[in-house]
Amino acid sequence: MNRSQQLAISENGFIFDPTTGESFTTNQTGLAILNRLKKNESSMEIALKMREEFEVSLEELERDVADFIDHLRTYGLM
Amino acid sequence: MRMKYETPVIQKCQTGLMNKFGSCPHYSRKIRTGIDDVSIDNLVEKYGSPLFVFSEKTLRERFREIHRAFSTRYPNVTFAWSYKTNYLPAICAVFHQEGAIAEVVSEMEYDKARKLGVPGDKIIFNGPYKSLHALEKAVSEGAMVHIDHLDEIYDLEKVADKLGRKIKVALRLNMDTGIRPQWSRFGFNVDSGQAMMAARRIHHGGKLIINGLHCHIGTFILEPDAYGVQVEKMLKLAYQIEDQFKFGIEYIDIGGGFPSKSKLKGTYLSPDLSVPAIDDYAEKITSAFYKNLRPGDFPRLILESGRVMVDEAGYLITTIHSSKRMPDGRKAYVVDAGVNILFTSFWYKFKLEIDREVQGVNEPSIVYGPLCMNIDVIDEGCLLPPLNRGTRLIVSPVGAYNVTQWLQFISYRPNVVLTGENGKVDVIREAEDLLDIERRERLPEHLLLSSKSS
Repeated sequence: MNRSQQLAISENGFIFDPTTGESFTTNQTGLAILNRLKKNESSMEIALKMREEFEVSLEELERDVADFIDHLRTYGLM
Repeated sequence: MRMKYETPVIQKCQTGLMNKFGSCPHYSRKIRTGIDDVSIDNLVEKYGSPLFVFSEKTLRERFREIHRAFSTRYPNVTFAWSYKTNYLPAICAVFHQEGAIAEVVSEMEYDKARKLGVPGDKIIFNGPYKSLHALEKAVSEGAMVHIDHLDEIYDLEKVADKLGRKIKVALRLNMDTGIRPQWSRFGFNVDSGQAMMAARRIHHGGKLIINGLHCHIGTFILEPDAYGVQVEKMLKLAYQIEDQFKFGIEYIDIGGGFPSKSKLKGTYLSPDLSVPAIDDYAEKITSAFYKNLRPGDFPRLILESGRVMVDEAGYLITTIHSSKRMPDGRKAYVVDAGVNILFTSFWYKFKLEIDREVQGVNEPSIVYGPLCMNIDVIDEGCLLPPLNRGTRLIVSPVGAYNVTQWLQFISYRPNVVLTGENGKVDVIREAEDLLDIERRERLPEHLLLSSKSS
């Protein structure tokens, strides 16, 4: 289940998980990924779209998006 | 216009975990762009990665600092470079140029010292295993042989018979100085009377002359007082031997064991706080000399320091090859240097520096080596910012023991370079290739694949 839709996410990267009461912080790129995950976009779609917004190679983005999603899983947010 | 990119990170907000030392520095990191005047980029571009780098400037400065600490307090001091700590010829040569004699613990090390041009009488020959052949060679060349056990007394008496002359020797000792674990496997025990018995046996044999005493109380000794106890016991024994057997004890070799500024795993304080200054050791040792020496007697004080001289002069540059997220959330990096070339990683927590400015907060990370072995972990828990592939980590201090205890395992050992003055860089050990690995290997003819297929 994609739990990202249940998260409360502020514009400056503060994340609140109402299920557990835990809170997190993320940076601008992390925020961009989370907002796209909430829209049920796949990791590949996210990487392709973010590449148009940020100065970064697709390879690096793919790797970072995958790693970020892995990290969300370890926090139980995915 | 596209926005500036930063690696995405997410961190859990922790509460209730604060301590009196403050929070961890999420944005602080150590950056190193060069060693002496040579940039990390240039070093890797020219000599590859991984790469061991030694700073000649640091080697010489360290030697002079430690030598000064003792020679300004006692009039008769000699340093012996501990070959086993690092016996690359260039490293040994630097210390010999600075005035150190050689301290070796095997025939191979003895041969290395001789090949380098060190005269036999400037070599201390230690160790529990010295073949009769090695003893004969060392004695005939005037080396200072330190006897480890009774069998060596018998062997040296045979050598004396063969050479037709008496041989000067030193007794290696062990004792309780309050340090645990107590190093008792080398030499003769002072506290039990074993050392005096050995001296009596030597006197009775009439073929050997005891002219020195040697003791090494342990390694990474963080308590300077232990050396004070050691010196007191050694000098008391020296005078007992002189008085009873009429030998003249010309030197007292207190070994080494001074710690470097490296952090042992499991220690809480940083080395800057936990490791005493070299002056503290010098003060305790020389004070114990003055307290226990007879008037007008100044036997030579020999120190066999290794680690403290060389550790901080050595760096290992390694490159991040890949990264992954572990199931527990930690970031893991795979670098191109493994524990096979970084032997001290088993007990040191190294300083890790990054070769460039990196954006993003630090996160708990693991640094793995490239070996297909579970034990290949350079650092099992450190804080690193998000690092891209190709970023270099500079690992230090690595000057002691790594380039002697390293293992050739599944890959080639890398270049070792020495940075000199004015940005000069010399290769002091070339990277290996397949020829080095296979030079001594032989394939019986009946196992040749080509002959089997034909």
